[in-house]
Amino acid sequence: MSAQSTAAIPSADVWRPSQTRRRWSGWLFYGLAVVSTLMGLVMLGALLFDIVTDGAGQVDWHFLTNYPSRIADNAGLRSALLGSLWMLAFTAIIAFPLGVGAAIYLEEYAPDNWLTRFIQLNIANLAGVPSIVYGLLGLGLFVRWLALGRVVLAGSMTMALLILPLIIVASREAIRAVPDSLREGSYALGATRWQMVRQTVLPSAAGGILTGTILALARAIGETAPLITIGALTYVAFDPNGPLDIFTVLPIQIFNWVSLPQKEFHSLAAGGIVVLLVVLLTANSLAVYLRYRMQRRLQ
Amino acid sequence: MINLRIDAQTTDAVATPSQNGQTDAILMTRSLNFWYGSAYVLEDVNCDVRPREVTAIIGPSGCGKSTFLRCFNRMNELIPTARLEGSVVFRNRDIYDRSVDPVEVRRQVGMVFQKPNPFPKSIYDNVAYGPRVNGYKGDMDEVVETSLKRAALWDEVKDDLKKSGLALSGGQQQRLCIARALAVQPDVLLMDEPCSALDPIATTRIEDLIRELREQLTIIIVTHNMQQAARISDRTAFFTVAESGAGVLVEFNDTQKLFTTPTDPRTEAYITGRFG
Amino acid sequence: MDSLKSLPRAHPAADAAASEPAGLDFTRSRRDSLRRKLVERSVHAVLFLCALISVLTTTGIVITLLGETILFFGEVPIVDFLTGTRWTPLFASKSFGVLPLVNGTIVVALVAIVVAVPIGLLTAIFLSEFAPARLRSVVKPVLEVLAGIPTVVYGYFALQFVTPILRDIFPQTQIFNVASAGIVMGFMILPMMASISEDALRAVPRDLREGAFALGATRFEVVSRVVVPGALSGILAAVILSISRAIGETMIVAIAAGLQPQMGFDLLRSMETMTAYIVQVSLGDTPQGGIEFRTIFAVGTLLFVMTLVMNLLSDLLVRRYREAYE
Repeated sequence: MSAQSTAAIPSADVWRPSQTRRRWSGWLFYGLAVVSTLMGLVMLGALLFDIVTDGAGQVDWHFLTNYPSRIADNAGLRSALLGSLWMLAFTAIIAFPLGVGAAIYLEEYAPDNWLTRFIQLNIANLAGVPSIVYGLLGLGLFVRWLALGRVVLAGSMTMALLILPLIIVASREAIRAVPDSLREGSYALGATRWQMVRQTVLPSAAGGILTGTILALARAIGETAPLITIGALTYVAFDPNGPLDIFTVLPIQIFNWVSLPQKEFHSLAAGGIVVLLVVLLTANSLAVYLRYRMQRRLQ
Repeated sequence: MINLRIDAQTTDAVATPSQNGQTDAILMTRSLNFWYGSAYVLEDVNCDVRPREVTAIIGPSGCGKSTFLRCFNRMNELIPTARLEGSVVFRNRDIYDRSVDPVEVRRQVGMVFQKPNPFPKSIYDNVAYGPRVNGYKGDMDEVVETSLKRAALWDEVKDDLKKSGLALSGGQQQRLCIARALAVQPDVLLMDEPCSALDPIATTRIEDLIRELREQLTIIIVTHNMQQAARISDRTAFFTVAESGAGVLVEFNDTQKLFTTPTDPRTEAYITGRFG
Repeated sequence: MDSLKSLPRAHPAADAAASEPAGLDFTRSRRDSLRRKLVERSVHAVLFLCALISVLTTTGIVITLLGETILFFGEVPIVDFLTGTRWTPLFASKSFGVLPLVNGTIVVALVAIVVAVPIGLLTAIFLSEFAPARLRSVVKPVLEVLAGIPTVVYGYFALQFVTPILRDIFPQTQIFNVASAGIVMGFMILPMMASISEDALRAVPRDLREGAFALGATRFEVVSRVVVPGALSGILAAVILSISRAIGETMIVAIAAGLQPQMGFDLLRSMETMTAYIVQVSLGDTPQGGIEFRTIFAVGTLLFVMTLVMNLLSDLLVRRYREAYE
């Protein structure tokens, strides 16, 4: 913009001040956006740092193999770890086939009618139901109505219902990513629908389905509220040995320690969190690795 | 429809099956009408396909060539809104009859698609796929070898059958798909523009293969390439879009005759390049 | 070869096929065909039942909650429940006014939203409008980690890290307080807020942006006057979903916000939320079947209805912006 502009165009002086302000507001805004993005990252860093400094010292072999105790020095995670393991195993056994089955139905079989749309709406809404409401469902349905009691199986069934929408959504995405040309190729060779699904769609979608399932199970490992609601115990000083034993899980044990007033138990809680985060990190790495390997195998 | 009247011999054979219950045609359509939802795609198509010949289907895009082809193995019904009237007769049996299992039809009427679509499995498993889903219990190695030989691919892949089908070149992939289709021993092979995604050299190889396969089975090929139709087919069907918006069969005749002395002005316009 | 001939062959071509080197033994009889159809039908039915589980789950939730809630309202008038300001079902002098719990829930959720919405939206804008693709591909998954951390961990962090800091700044802060729980919850829902907003921002067509740039707009002006308004219904959906998530969140408040039902907006004091109350009763030795026990189902029903309404609303908004641009 030069001062020699013709008279018809406003002189440069008219433009300049607002130009400067525009530039400044632009930079300010950019700065705010960067700072905001950093805030999330900084918070994550602070959280991990705080927990590791508080808790890493607690984690040793005794911590993993001792039962919880009133004496902080002797307390450990043994029953909680075993309880989480049992709960997780049965959750997987229940949720995986149901979730993948529902996904296959919705992607490969479902006609476009009101019932299908209703089911889809249902799944979308279930994903937004607070986890503690699932706890109330488990309490009313499995613990009391089926009279299972506060056992592993009741917890697993509750957790299975909770993570079912996650598995369904992830599996549907994986199934949808399988190109139609493969389905046509399979049909053209005289495959029935189920043969087509089993031998063509599922192998191609396996990576995505597995990844989604592992991530959903990771969610189940960390969930606390529904299990408290169905009445999983906070103090268990014996090994759960099957689906019909009463139990506790890792996050409930952590919650229990956080709730105690003594400072030593807070360190134990931090130690428990370190263990929990390591377990989750392992599960997530496994999911990422599986996805990577499946992608490679397909190429 | 003029097209059928041209070939009196075929028409007669259809109308009056000979004494032993056989007709000259292996596949034929009668008053075939087809819709996708409310879109009218094929209008009153009557067409007879002779066995062990190559029948080419040509016509401008949007004339329903591919849809017509897919009527022969009931692939259209995978689309929920598809609707068909009339009949498609394969070996004297209406394949759209309620008692007919589409799976059985597709076993006997194979198909090769526009874009090669090998499964993300090994070459061996690709070829063995059809026999497996159809409950074949014999020597699978032999079927795989024979099929790959028939598709002229054996020499290139025989040392590497465990390699992924996706690792092959485009032309090889398409021949793998042909081998895959041949492995279930179909009587008819439908080909939907099988060379449109291939380079000229790969195309030549597929065309040679089609000529060889003609000795053994019936081939119906949709092509957008008139030279290709002229090079490889015995008879050619010309489709175009009618005023109704649907595809109609305009003329069906020996390839030689259709390209040199077309009887319908629309055919002549198309093959001389004045149309489409 | 015999097996080939057993297939229905009406044409001489078939005999030629029979002379092929590999005869295929397709033992396909009528019985096989029937059996195959039976397998197909059964598989279809089983898969349908799997899909139906979701409907059964919803039904189960409604029946479980409503059953106990109706019994509860048999003893406590619904008006008293919804309008009362004293919540003391576990005391000797019982009072069943749920408003203190609702108050606590809403105040915590508001704190969380005040943290999550501006930071989440600006993060989304940074990721969709400013960040180069490679930076974005690193930052996004790292932020997603925040969403994957168990809520009990956030509870610990709020109580052991954020609360002491707050107490240094505002000495009157109680050990259990709304502010610390709300702030930490804000960071927990931040990734969801950011990711849904980013989807909405990205759905704004390129040409709209280019049109604005072509008129000489700066990037800030394009974002603030074209992109954000264009994505408004999606951003609103993200906000509503964030509120819904904050209302339903349990462990952070159970650990860090305390268990004292009270009205008011003092962020530095302890308050009890609806979810924390359910945890409190579940942990206690309240006998099943009594009126105290039923309160958790009544509170649960209210919680379920509140989140459901918000989820449906956000779903509606997302659908609207998808329709606008697709």
